[in-house]
Amino acid sequence: MDLQYAQSWLDDILNEVSLQFQKVPGSAIFLRYVKSSYQNDPVRSAVEFFLVVFAIFYLLSPKYSTQKKSYVTLSDEEIDELVEDWTPEPLVAPQTPFEETENEKRPVIVGPTGPKSRLSNGRTVTNLASYNFYNLVTNETLKEKAIQVLRNYGVGPCSPPGFYGTQDVHIKTEGDIAAHLGASACIMYAQAFSTISSVIPAFSKRGDIIVADRAVNYAIRKGIQISRSTVRWYDHNDVEDMERVLEKVVREQRKKPLTRRFIVTEGLFENVGDMVDLPKIIELKLKYKFRLILDETWSYGVLGRTGRGITEHQNVDVAEVDMIIGSLAGPLCGGGGFCAGSDEIVEHQRISAAAYTFSAALPAMLATTASEVISMLQTNPEMLTPLRDNIKAMWTQLDPRSDWVYCTSSPDNPIMLLALKPELILSRKLSIADQEQLLQDVVDECLTNGVLITRVKSMPRPVNATTKDIGWELQPALKVCVTCGLTRKEIEKAGITIRHAVTKVVTKRRS
Amino acid sequence: MSRRALNPFASTYPPNHSTTTTYNEKYDMPRRASTPRVKKFANFFSTSPKSKSETQTATAALLAAAASQQLNTPSTQISSPSLSLPTISLSTARADSANMDEPPTTLFQPPSPAEARRIAKAHAQFGPLGHHTHRYTSRHQGGSFPEPVMDEPPYYYLLTTYLSYLILIIFGHVRDYFGKRFRKQDYRHLQAHDGYAALNSDFDNFYIRRLKMRINDCFARPVTGVPGRYITLIDRKSDDHNLHFKLTGTTTETLNMSSYNYLGFAQSEGPCADFVEDNIKRYGVTVNSARADVGTSDLHVEAEELIARFVGKESAMVFSMGFGTNATSFPALIGKGCLLISDELNHASIRFGARLSGAMIEMFKHNDVKDLERLLREVISQGQPRTHRPWKRILVVVEGLYSMEGTMCNLPGLVALKKKYKFNLFVDEAHSIGALGPKGRGVCDYFGIDPSEVDILMGTLTKSFGANGGYIAGDKAIIDKLRVTNAGSIYGESPAPPVLAQICSALRIIAGEFIPGQGEERLQRLAFNSRYLRLGLKRLGFIVYGHDDSPIIPVLLYNPAKMPAFSHEMLKRKISVVVVGYPATPLVSSRARFCVSAAHTKDDLDRLLEACDEIGNVLQLKFSSGVAGGAEPLPEGISLEMEKEWKRAQKGTIQGEMNFQPPRWKLEDVLKRGVQDVKVPLR
Repeated sequence: MDLQYAQSWLDDILNEVSLQFQKVPGSAIFLRYVKSSYQNDPVRSAVEFFLVVFAIFYLLSPKYSTQKKSYVTLSDEEIDELVEDWTPEPLVAPQTPFEETENEKRPVIVGPTGPKSRLSNGRTVTNLASYNFYNLVTNETLKEKAIQVLRNYGVGPCSPPGFYGTQDVHIKTEGDIAAHLGASACIMYAQAFSTISSVIPAFSKRGDIIVADRAVNYAIRKGIQISRSTVRWYDHNDVEDMERVLEKVVREQRKKPLTRRFIVTEGLFENVGDMVDLPKIIELKLKYKFRLILDETWSYGVLGRTGRGITEHQNVDVAEVDMIIGSLAGPLCGGGGFCAGSDEIVEHQRISAAAYTFSAALPAMLATTASEVISMLQTNPEMLTPLRDNIKAMWTQLDPRSDWVYCTSSPDNPIMLLALKPELILSRKLSIADQEQLLQDVVDECLTNGVLITRVKSMPRPVNATTKDIGWELQPALKVCVTCGLTRKEIEKAGITIRHAVTKVVTKRRS
Repeated sequence: MSRRALNPFASTYPPNHSTTTTYNEKYDMPRRASTPRVKKFANFFSTSPKSKSETQTATAALLAAAASQQLNTPSTQISSPSLSLPTISLSTARADSANMDEPPTTLFQPPSPAEARRIAKAHAQFGPLGHHTHRYTSRHQGGSFPEPVMDEPPYYYLLTTYLSYLILIIFGHVRDYFGKRFRKQDYRHLQAHDGYAALNSDFDNFYIRRLKMRINDCFARPVTGVPGRYITLIDRKSDDHNLHFKLTGTTTETLNMSSYNYLGFAQSEGPCADFVEDNIKRYGVTVNSARADVGTSDLHVEAEELIARFVGKESAMVFSMGFGTNATSFPALIGKGCLLISDELNHASIRFGARLSGAMIEMFKHNDVKDLERLLREVISQGQPRTHRPWKRILVVVEGLYSMEGTMCNLPGLVALKKKYKFNLFVDEAHSIGALGPKGRGVCDYFGIDPSEVDILMGTLTKSFGANGGYIAGDKAIIDKLRVTNAGSIYGESPAPPVLAQICSALRIIAGEFIPGQGEERLQRLAFNSRYLRLGLKRLGFIVYGHDDSPIIPVLLYNPAKMPAFSHEMLKRKISVVVVGYPATPLVSSRARFCVSAAHTKDDLDRLLEACDEIGNVLQLKFSSGVAGGAEPLPEGISLEMEKEWKRAQKGTIQGEMNFQPPRWKLEDVLKRGVQDVKVPLR
């Protein structure tokens, strides 16, 4: 009796449910679907049912992050305690004594930078530390022109190039550089140092391959780092090693989808001073189908008959180099940097190179000054001759005559880098820091004798870097920048001073 | 007697002359002569030298003198701006020290044509102050810092926006489909060829090729001359759908609402330019070295001292590029084992530097202090991922003023959090330095917070100071360490002497050390202009983002096709504006951005409001709901505090529900009430 009652009650409920179910819009479609999919096969329906249940379960399950697997659940009180307990390190580490003296001794030039510069301590010294190769900083014509531009454009363009910051002078200077180099287009950046760090990531992305010289400068390294590309290093200026690396890359990548491949190197190396063998690199690049990004920051305006850089010096067709990056701030006495290449390469950077898109444009007068110097170089290539004579004069004073240092720079490079001889380093077991200290003493000694030189600054280490992160370290060296603003006699005299200073510091150290 | 002594804007100026002034405002500095709709009689009063002979000027002066005689005392007549003799406008005399030594011009000695030309040029770079009431002090009014209300348009506009993008994308793919088959050479750089991979990814390039290219004529318009109050565009046209542009050889002078010239220091005349000229003569244009080598001159030391003093820190260092400042500073501050917490809308340069540093990066919702606190509690309690070691340090990075949103960071909230959670605070004042605060010293000044509460103040010198480059300021120990560890100072080129000269002179003027009063005028005019324009746009019914005192005013457009339309319509009215869309903004919220400057006069802004009014009607841009402000003013005797109660009282009587009314003011009312309502909290 009870069972019967329960059955009728169940029937009522089922009836009610089916009635309610039929009232739901679309229930007929659902029923039809279930019926047609049943096809006398209960297993099939069971599988479908489980699929639906799983889908619902999956959608309703709480979100979880794949990264927070080791997440520890803590109560609010525990968090408060941990917050109270946490003591951060100071924002910057304290200065080392070496850094302190560097800050103290940094020379401050009063007035213009010239071959003879006055320092804040009142002394006038021979300046062999500025990149004032053609002695154009104090050139009256350039000053006149700059003032004219000032009176028409003001100082800053107050806008990024994409929004009303592109001035006619920028367009003209870009055209002038492209014409001078023989490239089809050119894009100007507001700072030379930031240029290549932005050019590389604009083209090379994750998964692309960069083959780079081990001694490339800091800006290139940062560009490579931010591009997240795969990087392979080859030994500095070693074409055979480079070929080995290129071949290896091509072999490894044969089965994989084609990615962009770049060779990145410098014309004149900032950290070593020597010159790249461009014809050979072009040959290899074409053979292995790589694109070439050439940093001419230190060679543009210096090498070649009209200062067109390494391509002119080594007779290479500019079109063979995909991207040439150069500086307008060094010998060209203006400001900013540039990248020259084909139209597509340049136009692509105008929207995707971070330092171009997200930075204000270059002040007009810095652009026009650079443009003015370029036209000087083009119309009057003789202005390069005295510089080259002075380089030779300085070279003869230092490289063969000194027992302690040798020049790692190319004989055409006005920036002479003088490194301690390997025998000396070996015999005295000098660490990098020791060498830096010794060279700093030489710099100080030279300054006492009225010659202002500087040294190659080691690359800043990443904060909290472990030994694994450091990698290639540059060879500490003195940096002597020759200028044509000094007579041969003055150069020789300065050369002797530097040589004697080296001898004095090195011999004093021994005792 | 110097002309400045005749300052009509001194506090002694009788306030009951406002009728004359408003009358004259209209005609004192009318639309530039290039405006076709310029009226003949306006020309008559115009300061533009082109259409005017000397006698005309004299007559104009006489007429104006006669008109003002009834109200003005003889002594103020001479230099009153209400006279159409533009030379005697007081604010000009302040802005240009060049003419300060000249004897005062009398009414009957009209300026020579050369002088008139010079003045017209100066006014094109920096407009004269129209009326002494057009000033306001940028300062946080106390109380909690309000979140800006984000208004939303009706769903119709959001829907059509998505639809527009859909159509554009479909069209793009159709064009690509045929293009790749019939015009192979155009796609060469997007496809692999003879063993080289495509230089640009086809997919990444799609947006640029098919969407941005359509409106490319709104971007990178070439300009010439000074980007001051007006900016001269070099006209160009394209015959191949914006692929290439040809210069037509003509120029157009437009009202400049686009440059970051907040304090109007983009000038080729005046004390700054004179100081720069002197320094070019002395130093040349470069120092030709990196800071760490021999690129430090006495000018660098001076500029750094001035900046440090200006921002209220012990020490500062300057760089030749603002982007580079951030790009090189983060790797010198943080690294492995450190955490950088960044506002989600921080500038690309911060992201660039943060990525280079190798630190972990976390983001919090834009300007959301609560979200930041949640994140801080999580990261501090959890420690470093996987190892659970405590973080070495946590650096929170925010911007003072966000360039696309017009919002300010909630500094009081951040400082309160900093005390509790002990993180380090880095404020990027790229846009806020010079533009905010009663003394123009950035967000700290605006909120009245001691700069020592912020560890590092970074900023650019490109914007408010009309120069170039960037700085970071902090405690001496920090800056000294950074001098030897920051790659930008080790390898980057040292800032150029003319740029430093501009910075030094601009800073001195703002601080009042040089030509006292002028810096204050610039700051107060900027604050007034910002609020005036923002209030006007809200009242007209536009959706405007950002805080009330921000000189960056984004006007929301939504539909992608409205970007070029807005830009073109503005250009037709000779106003240059910036339009931005995805990816600089979220996909739906394309916008036009106005950057207000102290160089603008109220007339310029009225002209802009008029243009916005017309264009807003044509393009259906007035869709604000009223939640973000622009409401009708409260009746007499009802103060802001009483508003709630008053509304409650009204509820029963007038309407059933006292909801927000969509503001759709008439232009005349906006202009009429603007000046007085700017001075009270905007609503």
